[in-house]
Amino acid sequence: MSLPKDSITKDYTDVEATLSRITSHTGVQGIVIATHEGSVIRSTLDNIQTQQISTLVTQLAARGKSVVRDLDPEDDLTFLRIRSRKNEIMVAETKQYLLITIQNPNELQKGWI
Amino acid sequence: MKSVRRTKIAPDAPTLGRTASMHSLRSANGDDNNGGGGEDWLPPKVLLKPAGQLQLTETELNEELTRILNANNPHAPQNIARFNHRERVFKASPNVDHLVVHFEFDGYMSYKNVDESSAPAPVKDSVAVVEPPSGEAGTATEEAGTPTPAAEAGKDGGEGLEEKAKEEEQKKPKGPLRNQFNFSERASQTINNPFRERWTNTEPPPQRTLSDTVNQWSIYDAYVEDQLQKEKAKAKAPAGGAGAKGLKDEDKNILPTETHTEDVYYKNTDLRRALIIIERMANQNTFDEIAQDYKYYEDASDDLTPSKGSLLPLWKFLCEKEKRKQVTALSWNSRFSDFFTVGYGSYDFSNQGPGMVAGFTLKNPSYPEFLYVTDSGVMSLDFHPQHHSMIAVGLYDGSVAVYSMQEKSDAPLFKSAPKAGKHTDPVWQVSWQKDDLDGNANFFSISTDGRVTQWTLLKTELNHTDVIKLRLEMQSPQEIEGSIDDGQLFSLAGGSCFDFHKQLDHLFVVGTEEGKIFKCSKEYNNQYLLSFEGHQMSVYAVRYNHFHHNVFISASADWTVKLWDHDEDKPIMSFDLNSSVGDIAWAPYSSTVFAAATADGKVCVFDLAENKYEPISEQQVVRKAKLTHISFNPFEPVLLVGDDKGQVISLKLSPNLRKKNKSGDDEATKLKNIILIARGQSPTD
Repeated sequence: MSLPKDSITKDYTDVEATLSRITSHTGVQGIVIATHEGSVIRSTLDNIQTQQISTLVTQLAARGKSVVRDLDPEDDLTFLRIRSRKNEIMVAETKQYLLITIQNPNELQKGWI
Repeated sequence: MKSVRRTKIAPDAPTLGRTASMHSLRSANGDDNNGGGGEDWLPPKVLLKPAGQLQLTETELNEELTRILNANNPHAPQNIARFNHRERVFKASPNVDHLVVHFEFDGYMSYKNVDESSAPAPVKDSVAVVEPPSGEAGTATEEAGTPTPAAEAGKDGGEGLEEKAKEEEQKKPKGPLRNQFNFSERASQTINNPFRERWTNTEPPPQRTLSDTVNQWSIYDAYVEDQLQKEKAKAKAPAGGAGAKGLKDEDKNILPTETHTEDVYYKNTDLRRALIIIERMANQNTFDEIAQDYKYYEDASDDLTPSKGSLLPLWKFLCEKEKRKQVTALSWNSRFSDFFTVGYGSYDFSNQGPGMVAGFTLKNPSYPEFLYVTDSGVMSLDFHPQHHSMIAVGLYDGSVAVYSMQEKSDAPLFKSAPKAGKHTDPVWQVSWQKDDLDGNANFFSISTDGRVTQWTLLKTELNHTDVIKLRLEMQSPQEIEGSIDDGQLFSLAGGSCFDFHKQLDHLFVVGTEEGKIFKCSKEYNNQYLLSFEGHQMSVYAVRYNHFHHNVFISASADWTVKLWDHDEDKPIMSFDLNSSVGDIAWAPYSSTVFAAATADGKVCVFDLAENKYEPISEQQVVRKAKLTHISFNPFEPVLLVGDDKGQVISLKLSPNLRKKNKSGDDEATKLKNIILIARGQSPTD
C-alpha cells in the first residue's frame, strides 16, 4: 500500500527538484504553472508578477495556439518563445497546463567559464 | 266575414203571416197585381180589414200579451220514437236536436301563389251563424212539409248558396292551411360559454448569453471529439450485456482521476515532460555560444597546419551531488547521439562509498537526465548496442547490475546475487555481447579476481557462466588439474580490461594488472591462445580496431600505448605519452585515429596516417586532475573525457582530427599499409 504513496511523493519531489533547478538556473527569473484559463497552479514569482504573467501570457498562448490551429487544424502549439530585449519568455503548452518561464539570457556570460 | 241577420217580424196570426208571405212573393216575381200590393214596404195608407176580422176594442187592443223567446226549436219533433234493436221496442228518444243552422259561409280567400292542392290547407275560414230559431221563424224558413213559393224562392236562394259553398268546399284543400298571419318566428340561442382567461407567471428560465468565436480548428476539434464518442459508443454497444458491471468499473476509474487533476499537477506526465524541455531551453539559452560552436565552429588554423589538430572544449558535465567521486566509466548511447552515461566511483581503495550512474544529454549539461545510486562505487558500465535503454554496470564490490531507463523505479532491473558467481574484486569492465541463441541478452565482466564471466539475462534472474579463469602461468592442461587447490587462487591473474574481436564472437583479448595481455577464446577456457608481452604495468584498456579486425591497441600505466596484431606476440608500434594512460579509444570514423587520456590531464589524439610517432593533437584538458576515461561519440565529432574530480568534458575534434580516408582506400587497408610500413615492409596496394 505504501508503494503508490511513495511514487506520489517521488513524483512530487522530482517535479519540485526540477522546478527549483530551473529557478536557480542562470538568468531564470521565475516559473509560473497556470491553466489555460489563467488560474495559477504554482508560481515562483511574487503575486503581482504572477498575476500579470498568468493573465497576459495565457492570452497570448491561446492566440498563438489559435494561429497554429487555424493554419492546420491537426497541428498544435507546443512551445512558444518570445525574445524581448531584456528577457525571454518560454511557454511550454501541455494539454492541461501552461508552463511559463522567464529567463534573462543576457545574464549568462558571467556564469560561464 | 259577412254575417247576415235575417230579421222577421213574427205575425201574430197565421193570416198575417200569409199576407206577408204573399207580399214577398209578389215582390220576388216582380209581378205587382195589387195596386197596393206593390207598395208593401210603404207605410200603409189604407188599412184593409178582412171581413171576418174580430173587432177589438181599444182596451183589448192595448192589452199587452207577453211571449217568451226561448232556444227550443218549436218545429223540432218532441215525440220521436226509434226502434231499439237491443230491446226490440220503440223508444221515445229524449234528446231532440234544437240546433238550427240558418247560415253557413266558408271563406274563399287563398294564397295567390300556392297550389292549394299541395299547400297545407288554410285554417277553415268559415262563419257559421247559429241562431236558435224561434218557433215562428222556423216555420217560415225550414218547414219542408209546406213549401210555399216564398219558401221555394228562399229555398232557391239557399240552395244556390249551398251549392256555392259546396263548390268552395271541394276547391278547398283537405288539410288546414297555415295561417300566414299567425306566423311567429321563434329562435333560440344556446348558452355561450363565457370566456375565461387564466394565466400565471412562472419563474423565468435562466438565461445565458453564449457567444464564441468559431474558427476552423474549433470546428475540427468538435468533429474529432464527436468521432471519438461515436467510436466509443460503437465499442460499447457489442459489450452491452456486461454493461452494468462495466459502467460501474468505469465510474470507479473516472472518479478519482477527475478529483485529482486539479491540484496534483506534479503527476501530470505532460507537464513533467514540458519541465524537462524548459530546463533544456534554459540551458540552451545559457550555453548558446557553446551550442553554436558545437554545431558550426571549425578551427581555422587547421588549414594552416595540416598535420596538427585541436580540441575545442564544449560543455562540462558535473554532477553536483558527487563532486568528490571519480569518473570511472563513460558510455555513449548507441542510438541517441546526445546521450551518454557516466559512472561515478572511486579508484582509491581507502575512499570507497556509494557510486552513481548518471545519464547526461548534451542538451542539458547542468543536471543529469537520470541518476541511479548504487551501493558500491561504479567501476564500469556499458550501453547495450541494440536495447538502447539497457545499461550494464560493474561495481567495486564485485557485483554486476543491469539498469533499464524504461523502468520507473531507481532499482536495477537485475543484480547479481552475492552467492551466485559474484566477483570478489572490483569489476573493471563490462561489455554487452550479441544475444545468445535463445535471444537472451548477455554481457561479460572482468574482475581482478581473475575471472571473466558471462552474464545472461533471463526473465527473472541473472545467470552467470565463468568463461575463463586467468592464470599467470598456463603451460599445460595437466598441470592445472593437479593444482586445483589454494595454489590456483594465488596464481590467478588480475584481469583489468578486455575487448572482443569485432567479427569472431568467441575471440577476445584480456589485459591484466600484471601487464600481460592474453588472447582467449570462449571455447578454450583453460588455455590462452596467445599471450602478449610488452607492458610492464597494469593494462588499463585494450581496444580492437573498428575496421582492421586483427589489430588492437592497449593503454597501460607504464606511460605507453601499444599497437598489436593479435597474431603476433610483439607490439607493432609503441607510443610513449609521458604519463600513465588511463584510457584509449579508436575513432569510429577512421581506422588510424585513436585518442588517449593521460593522468596528467592531457588528451592525445593520434592519426597514424598523418604521424606515426607523435600525436597530432596533444592538449591539456584539465589541470590538477587525472583523466580516467575517454570515449568517442559514434555519430558526432565529439570526444568525452572524464577525470578523477568527477568532471566530464566534451571536446570537439577539429577537422584535422577527423580526416577520413583521403585516397579513397578502404579504411582497413589504410591501417594495414601503415602497419606494413612500420614493420619495414612495403605496403601492398
